[in-house]
Amino acid sequence: MEKEQGSDRRKFILDMARGVGIAALGGFVWSAFIDEAKASQLLLRPPGALKENDFLRTCIKCGLCVEACPYDTLMLARPGDHRPLGTPFFLPRDVPCYMCPDIPCVPVCPSGALDKKSVSTEGHLNIKSAQMGLAVVDQESCIAFWGIQCDACYRACPILGEAITIEYSKNERTGKHAFMVPIVHSGACTGCGLCEHACVTQKASIHILPREVAMGKAGDHYIKGWDKKDEKRLENAKEIKTTTEISKKSAVDSLNSGMKDLY
Amino acid sequence: MAKLWNNYRYLILRRIVQISLLVLYFGGNAWGWKILRGDLSASKMFNMIPMSDPYAVLQMLAAGAVISADLLLGAAIATLFYMLIGGRAFCSWVCPINMVTDAASYARRVLQIDNIKGTRQPASRNIRYWVLILSLIVSAIMGLAAFEFISPISMVVRGLVFGIGFGWAAVVVIFLFDLLVLKNGWCGHVCPLGGFYSLIGKFSFIRVHHNEANCTACMKCKVVCPESQVLYMVGKESLPVLSGECTNCARCIEVCDDDALGFSIKSLIKK
Repeated sequence: MEKEQGSDRRKFILDMARGVGIAALGGFVWSAFIDEAKASQLLLRPPGALKENDFLRTCIKCGLCVEACPYDTLMLARPGDHRPLGTPFFLPRDVPCYMCPDIPCVPVCPSGALDKKSVSTEGHLNIKSAQMGLAVVDQESCIAFWGIQCDACYRACPILGEAITIEYSKNERTGKHAFMVPIVHSGACTGCGLCEHACVTQKASIHILPREVAMGKAGDHYIKGWDKKDEKRLENAKEIKTTTEISKKSAVDSLNSGMKDLY
Repeated sequence: MAKLWNNYRYLILRRIVQISLLVLYFGGNAWGWKILRGDLSASKMFNMIPMSDPYAVLQMLAAGAVISADLLLGAAIATLFYMLIGGRAFCSWVCPINMVTDAASYARRVLQIDNIKGTRQPASRNIRYWVLILSLIVSAIMGLAAFEFISPISMVVRGLVFGIGFGWAAVVVIFLFDLLVLKNGWCGHVCPLGGFYSLIGKFSFIRVHHNEANCTACMKCKVVCPESQVLYMVGKESLPVLSGECTNCARCIEVCDDDALGFSIKSLIKK
């Protein structure tokens, strides 16, 4: 009897250990798969989308935004699309976002992954405050930079004159023509992709990238001293104290010891 | 016709419910029908009533998401429905994967795979609860709803409504798994959503009831039952099926020629 009890206990412990082992293995593979699958950054989300990490944990993948979109711009990522499965995105070269003033895709979102507040100004929906991405021009393949007159992207832009402007400069090659090149302004561009859709080159020379990917960040070390607004960032800046002691002696000596200390 | 009614009434009704839901979701996307929009993860009925998958919401909670009022309300509606009325009915009346696994288990019977000697069921039905716990841990670590990311159920429903991509592969894999590897493998052993509804469905009032006096112990019910362990009392005692793992699919009621099984309402007072 006693012996049987002992073997029961051994079996129980073994079963538990097996379960934990299998669970650990499964959990490891599962996590690794998710980590890979969510790593794709080149993804344009609907207007009002939360930051990518928050978006991924908040979106319940119901597709109500896709159904609300009147232009069939939005799609849900399918298996084989190499994008986080079931989440909404759009490809502006195929179908751009037409920037509906009532933004039908956002209020239908039941989970808050598309945030109404982030596309509202003063309590009213304002699609111009959307930040889906940022247009980036490839100056090598954009024919306007070659000197050929083309303003397809400029004309297509729904915030014409603010998000894209045309800049003039002299074409030194011919001596009598002007370059009229498109310049994108990140403060106004929503990333709707109408420019990418309209671009006349074989592969679009202006294309939308997620803002996180396209934009740099100057950081707190650089402040536009001539800009009152930018100077305000200084108010949050913290003093940094370095602890390296400066040797007065070596500074003086270096002047008297020939070239030795300089190298 | 009478035989069809006697032997397949619930099966036909279940298929009608499962397929109509898919058609309504599809119509919601393709033709703008307002009856049911979204998919099984979250949807809106008549542009008013929210419904959401409580297990998905639970994973989102584990992942640290801020849950909106709409999703909470939707999850509460679904939970209350299955907890009080349906039991684990989601699995046999709503989920489209059920049609795949039912087909696999039918094929097993036709091909007599179950009768091959030496084939024992090598896995425990408790795996689903382990997967359920694991899914919440992975959700917490990875910061997103982990099972929703790989769920063949959502994949197939979404696929049928919004475009399937390689999603059909999930259907084939599950069919082959159930056919060749493990009897009732996906729905009865692995699926954590089934495990979730097993836990919730424990309390529901609609129950299959066994009447031992009529039973001839032919065991047809146990052959068709996808969770045959819940029918332990057949031929032994008159009892309701109280296990939450019963999906209320009612196949046992239909195949019984002796009127020994039927639906009943669970009595509130224990006798």
